[in-house]
Amino acid sequence: MGSNIIWHDEGGSAVRVALSGPLTIDDVAHYSNALAAQPPRAPGLAVDLSAVTAIDTAGAWAINGLIDRWQTAGYPAYLEGASPQIDRLITALATPPAPVLRRPDTGNPLVHRVARIGASIIALTNNTGGFLAFLGQTLVVLGATLIGRRRLRWHAVVHQGEAIGVNALGIIGMLLFLVGLVVAQQGAVQLRQFGAEVFTVNLIGRATTRELGILLTAIMVAGRSGSAFAAQIGSMKLNQEIDALRTIGLDPIAVLVVPRVIACSLMMLGLAFYGGVCALIGGGLFAWSELAMPPGAYVTRLQEVIPMSDFVIGMIKAPVFGFIIALMGCFHGLQVTGNAESVGTRTTQAVVEAIFVVIVFDAFFAFFFSSLGYN
Amino acid sequence: MERQHTSQSLAPTLDDDADVAVRVRGLVTGFGDLVLHDQLDLDVARGEILGLVGGSGSGKSVLMRTIIGLNQARAGSVSIMGHDALSTDPDVRRDLRRQWGVLFQEGALFSGLTVAENIEVPMREFLKLPDAVMDGLAAARLRQVGLPDDSGPKFPSELSGGMRKRAGLARALALDPPLLFLDEPTAGLDPISAAAFDGLIKLLKETLGLTLFLITHDLDTLIAICDRVAVLGDGKVLACGTVDQLRAFDHPWVQEYFGGQRGRAASGNRA
Repeated sequence: MGSNIIWHDEGGSAVRVALSGPLTIDDVAHYSNALAAQPPRAPGLAVDLSAVTAIDTAGAWAINGLIDRWQTAGYPAYLEGASPQIDRLITALATPPAPVLRRPDTGNPLVHRVARIGASIIALTNNTGGFLAFLGQTLVVLGATLIGRRRLRWHAVVHQGEAIGVNALGIIGMLLFLVGLVVAQQGAVQLRQFGAEVFTVNLIGRATTRELGILLTAIMVAGRSGSAFAAQIGSMKLNQEIDALRTIGLDPIAVLVVPRVIACSLMMLGLAFYGGVCALIGGGLFAWSELAMPPGAYVTRLQEVIPMSDFVIGMIKAPVFGFIIALMGCFHGLQVTGNAESVGTRTTQAVVEAIFVVIVFDAFFAFFFSSLGYN
Repeated sequence: MERQHTSQSLAPTLDDDADVAVRVRGLVTGFGDLVLHDQLDLDVARGEILGLVGGSGSGKSVLMRTIIGLNQARAGSVSIMGHDALSTDPDVRRDLRRQWGVLFQEGALFSGLTVAENIEVPMREFLKLPDAVMDGLAAARLRQVGLPDDSGPKFPSELSGGMRKRAGLARALALDPPLLFLDEPTAGLDPISAAAFDGLIKLLKETLGLTLFLITHDLDTLIAICDRVAVLGDGKVLACGTVDQLRAFDHPWVQEYFGGQRGRAASGNRA
């Protein structure tokens, strides 16, 4: 881009290299290459800088590198015609250091790979242990709150309840309504083949009140609120707010975790009920328009086919799922360390693990209640 | 108004034909109903170190953020090295970004990248350089800002506050910009590190001919390295001059700032 390098080798007291134009970072690839073109040799090198118009750190770095190469090879190298400013900059940078390593040296790749496997197993163990400890702490504080030995922060519970429950009414209602509609439509198509379209109501009623409604609500709450818990608490951790709470004498479990756990459990109960109703409305709408079943008949039929136990089982599962979601969100939030990336990883983990554990518990509940005879 | 008449030399503006790096004219900023800067004028001469002081909430950081385009101005003009800094034209903005480096208060290093990668981000964005050259330059940069040679592969979370600031400075300097904005460069550093940082800034100015715009409350920094100090208050630059000139300036806040016990102690250190 303007810099010019000319090598002179007249066999005199030194090889000369004359540089001219600007030696700046824009052009550094060009001139640092040109300066490396000639191998160090006797009798030595004179670097003529008298025609250099501008120089920056990159230029000084390249010239220092050149001089260093020749001197390391055992030949004298010196500057000529450098203005005081150029001279000062070059001297200030002195001998150029070795290029930086961008990432920590990981050594032997095989050993590194094995070490990583080991490290992730240790991390998993620690994580499990940490979670159990956290669960214990939370249960102790929760128990103390329930029997009245600790004050419950009602304000926080209400605030969280609004964020988890009230603000989710729109999206969860819409989602479950559509699911009810789709279940009814798909069910009707299959049942029509047996001429048993009327059983579509059984399908909608039993599937949504006991399983689908609760599960989908839980998944939605995990995505909306579980992630929010992890990100909020994680950012607070990075910002040393958790440390600040501790030093003031407030227990982060009592201040942050318990209100969220209580609010999430209660709101899951409400949302699951509301979601179930929305799904039934969706299914009813389909039954009305496509199966010519009037709403009155639909409701009567629902009352006949849905056993009370289905509803009760659903309402038992919902708060448990809410508890799991809040616990996972808060736990991973408190595990955040170091940097913004950690907030992201922990938020992901909070949601994925919450949904996973919810489904595991759902399967457990299914077998448990079946063995009790509630089919 | 009266005050400005009595102290012409403390005016925040330079002659129209002066060689300025930053020229701010009639700047108005605010949030909602709050007007933070009202018809603010300020010039930064090329090659000088300008310190910006002002009480909490006087809008020092907002002024800096407006100049570098992170905040939107309501009215006024800002030109940097002759470019219109308030322009929204992407080409102009790209040229502008090559003109400055910014050091934020906490360093603002990208936490997912190592120090070396942080320094190489601007190089990657603006220049096509071979990896070996970038690594070499990054190493020179680390040494220039006084970080140990082995700090390249470290992550920001592994560094102390002072080291993070140095690494932030190294990234700000990555492209050898002619203009450097520093937000509280010595805040939170111990006095020895702060003095070393001041020395580093001064050396950079002298060797690279940088223009520096720095927000600071460190009286030692103001006295040791700033060519001029601008005092921000009441939405304007109240006065701009050397520390000695400002000490004679008749304004209660300025008097208290430089004439208070800490101000006197700092100037005593210098003698």
